[in-house]
Amino acid sequence: MAGRRFSLITKGFLKENPTFVLLLGMCPTLATTTSAINGLEMGLATLFVLVLSNIAISLIAPKVPDKVHIPVYIVVIATFVTVLQLLMQAFVPEVYRTLGLFIPLIVVNCIILGRAEAFAGKNGWLDSACDGLGIGLGFTVSLTVIGIIREILGNGSFFGWKFIQGDGILAFVMAPGAFLVLGYLMVIFNKIAKK
Amino acid sequence: MEYFLIIISAIFVNNIVLAQFLGICPFLGVSNKLSTATGMSLAVCFVITFATVVTYLLNQYLLVPFGLDFLQTIAFILVIAALVQTVEIVLKKVSPSLYQALGIFLPLITTNCAVLGVAITVVTKEFTFGSAAPHMLNLAESAVYAFATALGYGLAMVLFSGLREHLALCNVPKSFKGLPVALITVGIMAMAFLGFSGIV
Repeated sequence: MAGRRFSLITKGFLKENPTFVLLLGMCPTLATTTSAINGLEMGLATLFVLVLSNIAISLIAPKVPDKVHIPVYIVVIATFVTVLQLLMQAFVPEVYRTLGLFIPLIVVNCIILGRAEAFAGKNGWLDSACDGLGIGLGFTVSLTVIGIIREILGNGSFFGWKFIQGDGILAFVMAPGAFLVLGYLMVIFNKIAKK
Repeated sequence: MEYFLIIISAIFVNNIVLAQFLGICPFLGVSNKLSTATGMSLAVCFVITFATVVTYLLNQYLLVPFGLDFLQTIAFILVIAALVQTVEIVLKKVSPSLYQALGIFLPLITTNCAVLGVAITVVTKEFTFGSAAPHMLNLAESAVYAFATALGYGLAMVLFSGLREHLALCNVPKSFKGLPVALITVGIMAMAFLGFSGIV
């Protein structure tokens, strides 16, 4: 049992990586990874909502009529997003300002509704928590990796530590860089996974 | 003049897909064929404009006066979900041919982050157009902004699906097949759209 829970947590990194394999949650992946720290913060914010909504949904799922389950799930998710918004405004207002619009948009992040549909609705609360933790960590790692690459290329720094003086390749901090970096990372991921 | 600036800015300079990264999932998901891309763009256009007007009014006359702004996220997503459902029912009755054409795209729009994104942007962000001072948009400006943003979405979608139809015929290396090469194409498109920055 413990082994199964452990594999639920680790599968998010490679086998069911939400970004590179399941291709979910593209908007925050592209928009908030302008630097490594931003990517990490966005990943953790998503992780928070994912774990809590997975637990809540796994507990209420047996009582929710089948016809209205999607709206109910969305309201549950939106509630946790609002909790997160209020917490962030209170304790880390700067982070909230940088991530901006993409915190409320966690509501429509397909990873969360996807996990609720595919896993939390059918499993116990502990398993669902592990599943949320695993997928959330996988998402966080992918976002951080994309952030690190974009920050190094675009700004010549690593987690804010500047090792190349002067400007980097600005395009990588701007919109085109996000698409290009994600595209090439996916190629590398495909190459490794297919072997 | 101001409306003109809003429209140019929303379509080209701050294109919702290529500069703001909203609505990427359907953008990548249904852009395989030009005809489906057009259908999706039309449906999104309709819903974004309608949803923005409704959520703007809801925010202005219900949430703000009662100090309930913190409920924005929940209230907006519910309104959008209900609205999409209503649009679906009305369209089915009034114009079955359009309903047939849009098909499965209508229900999918609820989870399109472009809709919620635009609705939240117009009630929280201050805009600066031309020489005017930064200000919140009023109802008419919000509606124009939402409509223009949706047009920008349609433009990006139609252009991209055209490219993708050609891409399908090309001999792409194996690990680039599918999404990776599509993303790189979008990256190059976004680079082209960067050329518009600075004109408004």
